[in-house]
Amino acid sequence: MPESTHPTLLSRRELLRRAAAVGLLVSPAGALLSACATSGGDDDESPSGGGKKSEKNPFAVKEDAPLEVVIFNGGYTDKYAVEVHEPLYKKSFPKAEIKHQATPEIKTVLQPRFAGGNPPDFVNNSGSGSMDFGALVADGQLLDLTPLWDAPSVDDPDKKVRDTVVPGTVDVGSFNGKPYVLYYVSTVFGLWYSGKLFKDKGWTAPTDWDSFVKVLDAMKAAKITPYAYAGANAAYYQWNVILTHAAKIGGADVLKNIDNLEDGAWTNDAVKEAATMWSEVGAKYMDKSHEGLKHTDVQLQQNQYKVGFYPSGDWLENEQKKDAPADFEYQMVPIPSKSGGKMSAAAVRATAGEGYVVPAKAKNSAGGMEYMRLMLSLEGAKGFANLIKSPTVVVGGAEGVTFPPGVTSSQAALKAAGDDVVNIFFDGWYKDLDTEARAATNELMFGRIKADAFVQRIQKKADAIKKDSSVTKFKR
Amino acid sequence: MRHGRYPFIVGFLFAPVTLYVVFVIWPYLQAFYISMNAWRGFAVPPRWVGFDNFSRMFEDDRFWRAVWHNGLLLITLPLITIAIALFFAFLLSVGGKSKRGDMAGIWGSKFYRVVFFFPQVLAVPIIAVLFQTVYRPNESGLINGILMKLGLDPILFMIEPSLALPSIIAVLIWQAVGFYVVLFSAGMGSIPKDLYEAAELDGASRTRMFFNVTLPLLRDTVQVAWVYLGIAAFDAFAIVNVLAIADGGPDGATTVLALEIYRAYGKNDFGYASALGVALFFLTITFAALTLRVTRREAIEY
Repeated sequence: MPESTHPTLLSRRELLRRAAAVGLLVSPAGALLSACATSGGDDDESPSGGGKKSEKNPFAVKEDAPLEVVIFNGGYTDKYAVEVHEPLYKKSFPKAEIKHQATPEIKTVLQPRFAGGNPPDFVNNSGSGSMDFGALVADGQLLDLTPLWDAPSVDDPDKKVRDTVVPGTVDVGSFNGKPYVLYYVSTVFGLWYSGKLFKDKGWTAPTDWDSFVKVLDAMKAAKITPYAYAGANAAYYQWNVILTHAAKIGGADVLKNIDNLEDGAWTNDAVKEAATMWSEVGAKYMDKSHEGLKHTDVQLQQNQYKVGFYPSGDWLENEQKKDAPADFEYQMVPIPSKSGGKMSAAAVRATAGEGYVVPAKAKNSAGGMEYMRLMLSLEGAKGFANLIKSPTVVVGGAEGVTFPPGVTSSQAALKAAGDDVVNIFFDGWYKDLDTEARAATNELMFGRIKADAFVQRIQKKADAIKKDSSVTKFKR
Repeated sequence: MRHGRYPFIVGFLFAPVTLYVVFVIWPYLQAFYISMNAWRGFAVPPRWVGFDNFSRMFEDDRFWRAVWHNGLLLITLPLITIAIALFFAFLLSVGGKSKRGDMAGIWGSKFYRVVFFFPQVLAVPIIAVLFQTVYRPNESGLINGILMKLGLDPILFMIEPSLALPSIIAVLIWQAVGFYVVLFSAGMGSIPKDLYEAAELDGASRTRMFFNVTLPLLRDTVQVAWVYLGIAAFDAFAIVNVLAIADGGPDGATTVLALEIYRAYGKNDFGYASALGVALFFLTITFAALTLRVTRREAIEY
């Protein structure tokens, strides 16, 4: 779910951009632009770089070809590109000029360029203003990354790049079996709390549902809102919790069926049971006002010790670096569950996040792919991990890097989960289904509907999407 | 020099007409064309699908909710805004005591006129952000902060589905009233004073004066206001996008057509977005034509 990983706060400038985006369709001038766009762009695809192929240059990058890099300027900023990855590329190709651009609004900046057939060579497509990966793939706008994964790795030419990353990395970025996206940052999801608060109050981290409820009660008694998520723009943080819980009850196939739009995937008993349990948490331990707040507000409240548990991924600690007290000590636990489920209590949802692509029509697409290969080198991965304090998908790429307490705890949880790791894809494939799940989640958690209505409502939408021939389908 | 007239006129018309055709007419035609296609906005030729986007639209629940909300706005926004603006303008222009037959506004009317105009000076997104704070559902909200200090329960303005749309309409009215107060004041200023004098001599009350003198003579201005506000009611995008939770939520309770267009654009569904745009175009133009037709009447000369 990289495009939804960091809902950015709506600034005035962004709003104006969005308004302009609507104007693009409604208003005359914009429609003219799109008019030009529909007729333009029949450039030839040029996958090869035209340079000399060698062991150090497997994609035959032309050494003086300029490389245009566009980075999403969000939670991770663009520092890692400027200070780590671009210098690596420059070292390999000193004659190449690197054109760097950073923006919090990828779609606004790049949609016209994709429409005109003139995209950059490397794109970090992320944030709430990212382009739809499914649409990009369906229209053949992205370069097939198979050559990248099959190329020799930087550190050990006898090893393919695909063998230097954690298992599942290639699959996460694959659409119907073809790899198009490089997801780079290891991401673990769970419930987050303050280690300091727990120490001060003498609470212990919950290991199962009963101990979870006990801590919730203790928090309520201490006048702390025990559980919170932001209904205004981050309801998917909560459906993520419900679905991960459902997988723990009914097994990993529950999620696979949901992603594959199988009949009755949502009305499955496991989903219903998880939804029932969490709607009870909503009724008893949540604050109604949180439905109207954004994620930044709720996260800030947690930093002020007004909120106990908050569901999120492990970008949270880095995101709150400026707001959290120095001794806040973020900690993460997996979604608590009752015993008797098909997966262990330690099971977590983990994935690779932060998507990078090479446009199919890029002028220097070989350079874009080489840039990715360098990112996946040990030097590139360690540089990133050191700067951002988040581990990458590169095996051994975090060795010798010290992480802050939150990421340390989430990495420990990932290790403890062993093979019980699940992932969810449908929100990246079918935006309408994500929208429906978000709306239904708010309805459920804030007490307007019951679990039955919750699953039926989303199932109805899933069925409608399945029938709609205009939607490109994906399978895993 | 009669023969030189046409080149002269054509010379003047050429630039504006070209601009109009290139930037208005042609794009509209393009929007109609895109609405008949499946197009994701990339350098791939659009695929002709005929009226598929429109039939999808007519089956879409959210489309009908958006139309319904725009319809509600279309009735409430002009009605309430014009009523309030007329009331204020009347007070400001002729509401005060008359001095020797000279009608004046209430005390301090010049000051109020400026204050009423303030919201108009603010950019719309700023107003939306401002009202985020006014409506905030917890103790840091302007209204709820006071309520909670008094020991009352907070009002969940943007959260309660039945309250969300009225809360948004209130903001739209708050923002619009100032401009129409000034517009109506100007209109009232041009009504000859002796008409009021005559009415006063005949013993007409303030209310009577308003309905029998001011309103009939302001007819044209009110009609213009109605069309403007009606068109504004078809937009409301910025306020809804910033102020409403969860993209026109809760659960679509505040969505409007412009927001649905934006959402379709967000999904790279440009054909569908254009179809919505075409629907919006026809709704707006029907409204404008109807209003002008229904309210057409000979102007009163004075």
